[in-house]
Amino acid sequence: MELIVLLKAVPDLTEELEIDAAGTGLATEWLTWVASEWDEYAVEEALQLKESFGATVTCLALDTGSVDELLATCLARGADRVLKVGSFERPPDSHTAARAFAAALGGLSYDLVLTGVQAIDDVDGQVGPLLGAALDLPHVSVVTHIALATDGKSATVNQEYAGGIVGEFEVDLPAILGVQTSREVPRYAPVSRVRQLLKTAEIGHLDAPADGGSGLIVEAMEVPKADHQAEMIGGNADAIAARLVEILRERGLTSGSAR
Amino acid sequence: MGRELPMMKVDRVIELEHAVVDGVDISGHWNRMFTDRSIEEYPTEAMDWVTGLAGGESLRSCYQCGKCVPVCPVNHVGSYGPRKLHVKVLRGNNLLDDPDLWLCTTCGNCLRVCPKEVNPLEFMPAIREQAVLEGNVPAELAKVFENLQRQGNPHGHSPRKRADWVADAGVPVPLIAEIGRPVDVLWYVSDYTSYHPRGQDAARAMARILTALGIDFAILGNEERSDADSARLAGETGLFEMLAEQNIKTFRKYEFERLVVMDPHAFNAFKNVYPRHGWEGEVLHYTQFLAPLIDRIEFKSSVDVDVTYHDPCYLGRNNGEFDAPRRLLEAIPGVRLAEMPHNKKNGYCCGGGGGGMWLDGFVADHVSERLSERRVREAVETVAMDGTGVLSVACPYEPSRFEDAVKSTGNDGRLIVRDIVELIDQAMQPATS
Repeated sequence: MELIVLLKAVPDLTEELEIDAAGTGLATEWLTWVASEWDEYAVEEALQLKESFGATVTCLALDTGSVDELLATCLARGADRVLKVGSFERPPDSHTAARAFAAALGGLSYDLVLTGVQAIDDVDGQVGPLLGAALDLPHVSVVTHIALATDGKSATVNQEYAGGIVGEFEVDLPAILGVQTSREVPRYAPVSRVRQLLKTAEIGHLDAPADGGSGLIVEAMEVPKADHQAEMIGGNADAIAARLVEILRERGLTSGSAR
Repeated sequence: MGRELPMMKVDRVIELEHAVVDGVDISGHWNRMFTDRSIEEYPTEAMDWVTGLAGGESLRSCYQCGKCVPVCPVNHVGSYGPRKLHVKVLRGNNLLDDPDLWLCTTCGNCLRVCPKEVNPLEFMPAIREQAVLEGNVPAELAKVFENLQRQGNPHGHSPRKRADWVADAGVPVPLIAEIGRPVDVLWYVSDYTSYHPRGQDAARAMARILTALGIDFAILGNEERSDADSARLAGETGLFEMLAEQNIKTFRKYEFERLVVMDPHAFNAFKNVYPRHGWEGEVLHYTQFLAPLIDRIEFKSSVDVDVTYHDPCYLGRNNGEFDAPRRLLEAIPGVRLAEMPHNKKNGYCCGGGGGGMWLDGFVADHVSERLSERRVREAVETVAMDGTGVLSVACPYEPSRFEDAVKSTGNDGRLIVRDIVELIDQAMQPATS
């Protein structure tokens, strides 16, 4: 069983984000980068599958300039091989990322591809679906509880819906999965080992196109402005209820019978 | 309700009928009047493994005298005891999956009384390092390790905000990168002093004291990184080394006569461990730096309080400084100093050392109360039985730990926690009516 995990680096939100001089992107001078949280769940799921079924885990990260530590961390956690994909000046959009990953996967063998269902930088969630389309492979997004069939030919996954409803899907392999969360908290990567691996590990590289974007152009980026203040309703239950009704009436949100 | 005690693995201990050690038959009853002696054979793998680790050697020297048990603060609140670690290892438990591995605060009180110099300040980090390398770390501690790795502080705050407290200090606090000349004192502010609201109070007080004394000082500001000594004692050697490399690189960029630090853990790291990593220089805890200068401080008011002092393990017992903090306290007008029963060499650990600061939830499952709560009750009985008393501290871990413990033990309003610099700063201000 060969598992591949796709990762990308996103801004570390410890630093307050600032808009660049052009007003269309983030100022990167002070930004530090971390693995996307959902991608880390995908790595953890892959390692869990490796431990229960026996598999090799290969991690691919879009090469946005500072992903060596991210990939060394994957190795420290238990991945077998890591590869950088393409070369990007800044994190590409989902379409470009999917195109790059599709090209990279063309030269690899795999039974299952896992990636984070989305990432905080664009909350687009399209890498998995686009990749499935490009490679003509089945795809399921927002999955949890990945279980592999004993013959290794299919997987069962869960998808959560509102109201506590869970859908169970069976998907033929190879397939692409967008991981929502892992069964365990992503395991700790000891700094000693990450540092050692940064010096000794072989990090391969796969060429990939850096074009083929979504066609969308960011015209302006702004920090959200606060222009309304919340009204805190005080008093006893009757007073609060009366004020709520008043607000609903003011906004024309009451039905005729409530008058 | 009795707590569930951990199972002792005894299945691998075999009772022998005869044994010959170094050619001497020890099974005979020549030394027993009424019965044969009982001889037990222990598995040796776990002990061999521990003593094979760099730092683990001394565990084998234990001869079970038990002097460590009554002085161990964790033993006072649970079933843990240093001697028991030896028994566990002797019986084949390498401690990697045993909660006991994370209960020791490396306070060093057992080492103080140990006739065989069995040293948990060395063997605990050595065994913990192996657990860390397996990724076998309590989740709350792992989170702090990640913060230290990414942001250089245990809180996970932005390294760019490390010197934000300066804005409210009321005096200029120069950055060494900006003043562009050698300084007398490079003031290493430390993590909790930089980021924790109560630590920042001490930072501002210290800035005012240094200014009043006319000290030529500067801070590193955003270039400062955690000393990470508690992470080292919690077994994350690689993390400690990474941050030590960063700090040493920064120290070397600037010229200064001495390093003055707020945090005893940083003091311990810079004084005792950094030399192994290539940096050596004069390091003073702030109490040591201020004590000879205290007569030069102009006090304008009297604090008029009963005060007791909590010796930080890594200033007092483990680094031998008991006098400087007391000299400062005795010089403050209106301080009536009283000692707690556990003081100086026998000072009682707050529970925050050796990673304990970041294991509160984990430790809670294995102890009847926090060490900080026990210490607070001792302080209340010493200085606050008839009114209000002050628990003075000299470690930035303490204000938050002890103030939480004051609340959780129901002593709110009765015991006030103050860093020594806060008390000095208070007495430097004119009396407010």
